[in-house]
Amino acid sequence: MSAVIENHHDDHHHGPDKGLMRWVLTTNHKDIGTLYLWFSFIMFLTGGCMALVIRAELFQPGLQLVVPEFFNQMTTMHGLIMVFGAVMPAFVGLANWLVPMMIGAPDMALPRMNNYSFWILPFAFSMLLSTLFMEGGAPNFGWTFYAPLSTEYAPPSVTFFIFAVHLMGISSIMGSINVVVTILNLRAPGMRLMDMPLFVWTWLITAYLLIAVMPVLAGVVTMMLMDIHFGTAFFSAGGGGDPVLFQHVFWFFGHPEVYIMILPAFGVVSAIIPTFARKKLFGYDSMVYATASIAFLSFIVWAHHMFTVGMPIAGELYFMYATMLIAVPTGVKVFNWAATMWQGSMTFETPMLFAVAFVILFTIGGLSGLMLAIVPADFQYHDTYFVVAHFHYVLVPGSIFSIMAAAYYWLPKWTGNMYDETLGKTHFWLSFVGVNVTFFPQHFIGLAGMPRRYPDYALQFADWNMVSSVGAFIFGFSQLLFLFIVIKCIMGGKKATDEVWEGAEGLEWTIASPAPYHTFSTPPELPERSMA
Amino acid sequence: MSITKQNPQARTTLKLVGVVLGMFVFGFALVPLYDVYCQVTGANGKTASAYVVPEDGIAVDADRWVTVQFLTNNNASMPWSFRPEVRTMKVRPGEMNQTTFYASNPAGYTMTAQAIPSVAPFHAAEYMHKTECFCFEQQVLATGESIDMPLRFIIDPYLPESVQTLTLSYTLFDITDMTASAAAE
Repeated sequence: MSAVIENHHDDHHHGPDKGLMRWVLTTNHKDIGTLYLWFSFIMFLTGGCMALVIRAELFQPGLQLVVPEFFNQMTTMHGLIMVFGAVMPAFVGLANWLVPMMIGAPDMALPRMNNYSFWILPFAFSMLLSTLFMEGGAPNFGWTFYAPLSTEYAPPSVTFFIFAVHLMGISSIMGSINVVVTILNLRAPGMRLMDMPLFVWTWLITAYLLIAVMPVLAGVVTMMLMDIHFGTAFFSAGGGGDPVLFQHVFWFFGHPEVYIMILPAFGVVSAIIPTFARKKLFGYDSMVYATASIAFLSFIVWAHHMFTVGMPIAGELYFMYATMLIAVPTGVKVFNWAATMWQGSMTFETPMLFAVAFVILFTIGGLSGLMLAIVPADFQYHDTYFVVAHFHYVLVPGSIFSIMAAAYYWLPKWTGNMYDETLGKTHFWLSFVGVNVTFFPQHFIGLAGMPRRYPDYALQFADWNMVSSVGAFIFGFSQLLFLFIVIKCIMGGKKATDEVWEGAEGLEWTIASPAPYHTFSTPPELPERSMA
Repeated sequence: MSITKQNPQARTTLKLVGVVLGMFVFGFALVPLYDVYCQVTGANGKTASAYVVPEDGIAVDADRWVTVQFLTNNNASMPWSFRPEVRTMKVRPGEMNQTTFYASNPAGYTMTAQAIPSVAPFHAAEYMHKTECFCFEQQVLATGESIDMPLRFIIDPYLPESVQTLTLSYTLFDITDMTASAAAE
């Protein structure tokens, strides 16, 4: 518990190195957190541009801008980049910045590995993006890369895709090992597990999920690699394999993966809502247990993604009920947030706006998820825009709103300056309107039968597609405002106090703003028993 | 390993690395687990390998007819002509039945093919006993060559009453490249 990171550089200086090598060689959790966050923002804009190509093509029926082959590459790359390049690294960045500060640790437990796990990512994504310029084009088989589309019928660039996924996996695994080791070993003396802030709890559980399923993803792409290059037949029916096996193994990874992208968001929102409601979080213990239950259930529901492959009825029933069970712990969380706000003296600064929007819009996404869990209904909804609307509701106003909420909430602590509140609120409202205009109509066209992943559609879907495309451009371009706000805040602004927010609780608010390069070199005295 | 005794962080790290390796292996273990699961439950419409008739034989259910339909498909770019001799048969559960499938290779080179069977409804798969099937082996046909391939099967008398029609479908895969690379090794 009292282990202190041995840092030989401490003898020489107490600030960051100068110049570019500071960022290349850094082992400082704050530097690495910053790198992760900037990287994920660049990927967010890259994947966003791809989404805008998709929405521009779908603005009208017919083929206007891109050929179908390129459209398929865009949907595939958009999904891969947003999942592995934007959302996951953003949460790892937040974990790097916040976990040590929240538990009173001087740094992450494995600082050198921390550096490696970040610097793998630019290579992985350069490799993935380079496939766009290769003969035969980038991967075009959808982000779920179902075999045999991704093996026998894949473009030659699939091999680069496979190695890129391997690298991302290695990065995530190293990052999550680091988080677990930090949380289990470096908490300030006297801080019990049940004293930890909820963000730390959700990340601990997320890290375990990553450690459990990223190796399975590595396994499945390795099998693909062997099928493509070494003559095995894991997924080729002609050789005695089974394409449906691919879907089982993929979704065994894929379903916990979606919780990997949402659990840290729960942690962020559980930090922000109490601050701006000026009340303690309602039901801390139940929040922890709900998070753990969701994580456990995520391992036993994977086949609800593949009801239409032809499963025995008993299997369909089991996966249907198990999936619906997840609504219980998730409901506990939503009600806890609502109860935290209940009779609080609430103010609506930008982080709170994003957090409240998260609770409402994530719940909409959760409810459409319940609809999709119903087997007979799923046969109708499967692979339609209803599914697209569902998972974008939980990922965009879910995960991404929580990341933005976190950015606004902790920016003053990171930079020492307050962001521009008026611009922040403008950014929120543009995003909020944009996201709903984009994705809500997709429920309608999905229920009407429009399939996903096609560059063209029947005329009856034209109106809502046009609305959706308009919303996508509003949402997309308003993110440039976010970039401007962040840069403006880094450059200067009203000085932030140490506590920043009047109702904020937690160790990170006890240190100076901006957070010094090294914090908690000696473990802090805990102010009171409960950090919750 | 004395380092792990002194250093709790190294111990946690090692444990977690162990979990990572274990889960990587588990990913591969899913492959045989899946096959076993499908064989036990008959999920996926997979039929078992060659059936051996029990020594005391199988009782024929003379009160019941079951319609067996035969379907043939060519996978992707498979150019062979491939069809059943008859499209449907009415059979009695427990009786040995025989039919043939015809295949010919119109391509300008020798090809190897593998037929993959599937039974619908899936839960009937385990009641389809094949004592002899061309799907148990690969077919090699030279240019222009054709072949009549035998299928002998028994429908298990325990086939649920609800199943009156059973479809046995074969998809023919071109595995010329796969076998060529195997032969080259």
